[in-house]
Amino acid sequence: MDMQVAFAGLDLKNPIMTASGTFGYGTEFMPYGKLEDLGAIVVKGISLAPRKGNPQPRITETACGMLNAIGLQNIGVEAFLRDKLPQLPWRTTPVIVNLYAQAVEEFAELTDRLATAKGVAGLEVNISCPNVREGGVQFGQDPVLAARVTEAVKKRAGALPVMVKLSPNVTDVTVMARAVADGGADCISCINTLTGMAVDIHSRRPCLANVVGGLSGPAIKPVALRMVHQVVRAVDVPVVGLGGISSAEDVLEFLLVGAHAVQLGTANFVRPDTAFKLVDEVRQLAEEMGISAWEDFRGTLELP
Amino acid sequence: MPEPQCLELRVTSLESPDNDLFYHLSLESPQWQWRPGQFAMLRPTSWRHEPLWARPFSISDQDTNGLHFFFQRMGSGTDLLSQLRPGDLVTVWGPLGNGFTISHTTPTMILAGGMGLAPFMGLIRHHPIPQNLELFFGHRQPLANYPFSEIEDRILAWQVREQGPEDLEKLFRAIEVKIKGYSIDGNLLACGPLPFLRRIQKLALDHNANTQLSLENRMACGVGACLGCTVPTKSGELVQACTQGPVFKADAVDLSGEL
Repeated sequence: MDMQVAFAGLDLKNPIMTASGTFGYGTEFMPYGKLEDLGAIVVKGISLAPRKGNPQPRITETACGMLNAIGLQNIGVEAFLRDKLPQLPWRTTPVIVNLYAQAVEEFAELTDRLATAKGVAGLEVNISCPNVREGGVQFGQDPVLAARVTEAVKKRAGALPVMVKLSPNVTDVTVMARAVADGGADCISCINTLTGMAVDIHSRRPCLANVVGGLSGPAIKPVALRMVHQVVRAVDVPVVGLGGISSAEDVLEFLLVGAHAVQLGTANFVRPDTAFKLVDEVRQLAEEMGISAWEDFRGTLELP
Repeated sequence: MPEPQCLELRVTSLESPDNDLFYHLSLESPQWQWRPGQFAMLRPTSWRHEPLWARPFSISDQDTNGLHFFFQRMGSGTDLLSQLRPGDLVTVWGPLGNGFTISHTTPTMILAGGMGLAPFMGLIRHHPIPQNLELFFGHRQPLANYPFSEIEDRILAWQVREQGPEDLEKLFRAIEVKIKGYSIDGNLLACGPLPFLRRIQKLALDHNANTQLSLENRMACGVGACLGCTVPTKSGELVQACTQGPVFKADAVDLSGEL
């Protein structure tokens, strides 16, 4: 079948993208498959200046999932553009940069830098990281702020598509979706991690130094699927679904509720060639199901 | 160094030497080029979503019979690994990390705490000049659990069982006496729990001994992506133990905090 999908100015070979924060800068996974085979590569959240992130311990395993509180450790935009991006197959596979800032003006400045860089195909605005004290989810829980960040990035992004990544840690995700769509988002990705906590009864301490962290993995898939379903119905912009996807069936579930593409996150940790294998497995499953083009299948969920 | 691979390998044997606490796991040989101190991530294919993460283990040895690991049952993951049977499939990625820098012609002192013995088995078995190796081994469980007699047959080896707070001090005192000789023209290779490595690091720095420490950090991915295993360097940078380590020079890392 024809696996291609085009939306929001992005042209993907297939609907499998990697999720920010789970695929490093892409280079880490080169021994395990061909990056060119993926629909798109979304790299680790990048900020203007390098960030050290949170103290250890930063990760802990939970039932069918994990909590992380990395705190957006990254090498900063200049080192990324100089050392990492040139190693990626950006001519054949869209590289989408996830960007994080602590203020609207800083988002604008970072966008300026990325919009003029060769090899960046799109931006994913991170207003949903639960593990940083400033910025992050404070933008993602306030529709007015979320719209302002989106507008600021969109204004400076030029021709680059702007995707905004939503947090599930809100009362009504559709309010946030409408706010960023009105702010000019070309598409929406959802969901980021759910805020959670784990404690050790023997040491009587939290399992993470940050006390709370973001829950990801198969445990959150039903929440993600519900939110993608809601957002698809609330806005006209295309939606990229993520949250606990680990199999071809999972991918098709998100497309069935109306996502144009998906991102693979924690599953990259569980086995480093998952994303590459998934491209073939999704094709095979879609062909078995008699799907010849994604537009015939996308959003065809039959509601009672 | 050759690139790592992700493979599905069959279990060829799983044996517990004594009391179902320690296990020797062998998988069909992937014929990897590897060096002691490198590790692999292991996740049986039967684990669907639970437990989620693969588990990191030092490669203990590799020969024509297979790829060998030595592990202690101490949590949900190793409990399940201890139930593997010959023929079961395990997803394995490796060889990962940097491994020890080894010179066969240099007198080398191996310092192992408990399961920290695992990465040294191949080194001890295949070393062309075994008289250049010497082992100091601290452990909590009875000696019969560990492949110590095999080691003793081949190289000079000392061991102390920790049953009270004073026992390990004996080991560290013995190490301190020896370390002075090694600080002139020898190498020290250490692997074990963090408190053990902290003591070795202090001894190494006090005596200016050329020392490599292998860390046993918690890891989710093993490939440098999750940033769960970072360790602070002396310059204050946070680096991944899985890809920049797990072996670090004693003067390169700050082990004072939690890892």
